[in-house]
Amino acid sequence: MRVVNVEEITRNIKEMCIEANHFLSKDMDFAMKNAISTEKSPLGKQILNQLQENLQIAGEDMIPICQDTGMAVVFIEVGQEVYFEGGILEDAINEGIRQGYVEGYLRKSVVKDPIIRENTKDNTPGIIHYKIVKGDKVKIKVAPKGFGSENMSRVFMLKPADGIEGVKDAVLTAVKDAGPNACPPMVVGVGIGGTFEKCALMAKEALTREVGVHSDIPYVKELEEELLMKINKLGIGPGGLGGSTTALAVNVNTYPTHIAGLPVGINICCHVNRHVVRTI
Amino acid sequence: MDIHIQTPITKEKAQELKAGDYVYISGTIYTARDAAHKRMDETLSAGDELPISVAEQTIYYMGPSPAREWRTIGSAGPTTASRMDKYAPRLLDLGLAAMIGKGKRSQAVIDAIIRNKAVYFAAVGGAGALLSKCIKKSEVVAYDDLGTEAIRKLEVENFPVIVVIDSEGNNLYETAIKEYQEI
Repeated sequence: MRVVNVEEITRNIKEMCIEANHFLSKDMDFAMKNAISTEKSPLGKQILNQLQENLQIAGEDMIPICQDTGMAVVFIEVGQEVYFEGGILEDAINEGIRQGYVEGYLRKSVVKDPIIRENTKDNTPGIIHYKIVKGDKVKIKVAPKGFGSENMSRVFMLKPADGIEGVKDAVLTAVKDAGPNACPPMVVGVGIGGTFEKCALMAKEALTREVGVHSDIPYVKELEEELLMKINKLGIGPGGLGGSTTALAVNVNTYPTHIAGLPVGINICCHVNRHVVRTI
Repeated sequence: MDIHIQTPITKEKAQELKAGDYVYISGTIYTARDAAHKRMDETLSAGDELPISVAEQTIYYMGPSPAREWRTIGSAGPTTASRMDKYAPRLLDLGLAAMIGKGKRSQAVIDAIIRNKAVYFAAVGGAGALLSKCIKKSEVVAYDDLGTEAIRKLEVENFPVIVVIDSEGNNLYETAIKEYQEI
């Protein structure tokens, strides 16, 4: 058994919220630079250059990359040999979010109630997904999610007969509908299978996979490549103002499902696809 | 075409702008997003006066991140304009000249743009750090309790935007996408 004080969780979450909002991960940075060299539209190229300049200013001047510093999504994998002391894990995670958003000058975008809509003023609570795994480590992923793109996400409850063609149509429909609203170039997370909520969760987690790293299931890898190619032929382009770079990646996760169903979740993210990972 | 304009924007000035023009705005613009629009709409329905006069003015759909002590404003990029579609025609009919946001607009907004000879600009989504550099002054002028959603008066210099919907209803989101569409 390994003892972890929850204060360590709080400190890490705080630092990760600030880091995620000021520095884009290497894989995203690489994908953005690569897009500049392949973009066909002159205006599209100009927008991509502006986004590159924006990233530089954000890091150097410590201004968030985007003013929507998101709702903090936390994936936490806890080794079953870990014992937490010093408080409740969930409280420690939310305290980390609170400290990160307040001390890091990040925007407080969370309201207490979806209808009454009073701001909590510290961006808590976060959205927390727990997984119990083997071992004595704690792996934390912090992925603040902006809502310009979140609002354009979809769940399709397809029929088994719709098959893989149905999945492709669903993804292309979602991306087409999102268009300029989702701040393209986008990263598209897709979850196929499971249940209504499982496919959405898989789509969200797919966004945290490194851009450029494909699924290790051969047909899924092919699907990712085909969907990316087709999405980039839609013409939406950077900023939605036309061009050949509509998405930087399509990441697909799959899970077993029921004989009667084919759920597909599509979680769309803008180019500010924030994800910071730490293992403690 | 690159154009430099100074606010306020008269109908004549708005009509010179065409979909696809790259425009640098200097002068005063106001921020207002979801909650501020809802409150303005309720104010008008109650027969009261708006806290700002919108005639010939420009509203930027934006809620900034907090400014560090030595800065004017935090990150300051555009938010999705369609969420304001329910309220925009009423403000356009009151003389609002321009809106800055990102993303598609409803047919009702496009009709109101044409009817009032107004203009819809897009700023680059996700470029909030870069855009904050063009904001020289920022002051909350109404609805302070709404926090990031309060109405702010901004002084901007060479703030870069693109005309997406012009006073004749030409829509760059439709025309530019068609140009690059291969499927």
